[in-house]
Amino acid sequence: MTQRLPRQEHTALLEVSDLSLRFTRRSGWFRQSYINGLCNVSLSVARGEVHAVVGASGAGKSLLAWAVMGLLPANARCTGTLRFDGQPLDASRQARLRGRSLALVPQSVAALDPLARCGDQLRWAAQRAGIPTTSIQQRVARVLGQYGLEPGVTRAYPHTLSGGMARRVLLAMASIGDADLIIADEPTVGLDHANRERVLGYLRDLAAAGKAVLLITHDLRHALKSADHVTVMRSGTTVECAKAHQFSGEGSQLTTAYARALWQALPSNAFLQPRPVNPVNEAIDLA
Amino acid sequence: MLEAHDLQFTHAARPPLLSRLSLRIEAGEVVGLYGDSGSGKTTLGRLLAGELRPQAGQVTLDGNDLPKQGLHPVQRLSQAPEHAVNPRWRIGRILHEAWTPPDAMLEAFGIGRDWHSRFPHELSGGELQRVNVVRALAPGIRYLIADEISAMLDTLTQAELWRALLGETERRGLGLLIISHDTDLLARLAQRCYRLEDGSLTRSPVSLSSGTSSPA
Repeated sequence: MTQRLPRQEHTALLEVSDLSLRFTRRSGWFRQSYINGLCNVSLSVARGEVHAVVGASGAGKSLLAWAVMGLLPANARCTGTLRFDGQPLDASRQARLRGRSLALVPQSVAALDPLARCGDQLRWAAQRAGIPTTSIQQRVARVLGQYGLEPGVTRAYPHTLSGGMARRVLLAMASIGDADLIIADEPTVGLDHANRERVLGYLRDLAAAGKAVLLITHDLRHALKSADHVTVMRSGTTVECAKAHQFSGEGSQLTTAYARALWQALPSNAFLQPRPVNPVNEAIDLA
Repeated sequence: MLEAHDLQFTHAARPPLLSRLSLRIEAGEVVGLYGDSGSGKTTLGRLLAGELRPQAGQVTLDGNDLPKQGLHPVQRLSQAPEHAVNPRWRIGRILHEAWTPPDAMLEAFGIGRDWHSRFPHELSGGELQRVNVVRALAPGIRYLIADEISAMLDTLTQAELWRALLGETERRGLGLLIISHDTDLLARLAQRCYRLEDGSLTRSPVSLSSGTSSPA
């Protein structure tokens, strides 16, 4: 990220077009079979916005995150294009930008190193992001303050932290290098109301500071509270991208039956009432 | 009816978690429970299901102590279904652990026939949760403690699970305690709601948040 394009409000920072992904699997000695992961996934995320990706488990939300970060296993075969800040995002650029311009808040707090103090993990994250050694201490202090963590947290080991604190340490690690794109994979799972609101608030703050935030979640209710755009995924493909405010009333501003059904199934909406359209009939052919 | 009388529970070297807590659930009744994390919701569920013994007070079913052997009439469904199954058993064996669920029920809960030969890790969390629910619905079950069973589900899968489960509990007159942080969900499902705070329960009606209006 040495030469940065002049900031344009409506150009996307991350553009994913027709991304398909399958895993090869050996069957027998000479034959290979394939498992489809993603199929024609397209979305774009602009600076200054929280863009939520919502869908059932197994819809391919985390695969999308790993594909953008370049963290897919070796047997994954990708087609389609990824662009970041106007330039193609290939494996070598991913490796260069990962931890610097591209940051991931992983789904599991088990991603923290159980044998290292949180302070060391924050310092390592700053080093990986290319922060000069002289200013690392200052950066650590800044992110601790930013995420409401006591200075004593630097001496703590991950297992002594509550779930909410561990999540904030992961957020602090992801944003310590001022990444332009932050991908947060299910960052509120297992958190109670207060901690959840707090984490979602931090993601909004990052967007307000000009970052692009991709929020991956199964929880439509909370996605709508914090996101500007919502992309709905199902069975490995993107079904619909809508503005958050289009999820309202009967869902008449949504174009697909599946997105409408997801919205209508919220407990605060129709919930258990029979749905007018059965989304299962909206077949998606992944073959 | 399932009753908790003056329950007292303290984890070692911690302040008391539950103190003199009482709760009554009638057959066929749906009761909601919410509270901050760490407030003791899961511990209360485990006490009611006989998985833990209170240090004082008691849990009774129709005035008698909970049975110590045989099929337990109070079954708890946990938030983490993968922790409630034997990872080395195939789904078919897990489903038939306590009884043989009829095909109609498997269909109502959307359990695929091809799941039987799979192992638990080959199902998603939501799919495995449905297997656990059906396993717990054996004849002789009287009460179910549903501890955050739909928190990991998308809205559609969540609605499908509750539609199937409520159909079954209503038909058989089962009592249900729903533990959830989602007060909208409790407002939809429960006839009475309690908040667990500082070791005791307060009756607190919940209402739907935004309704069908645009979310703020």
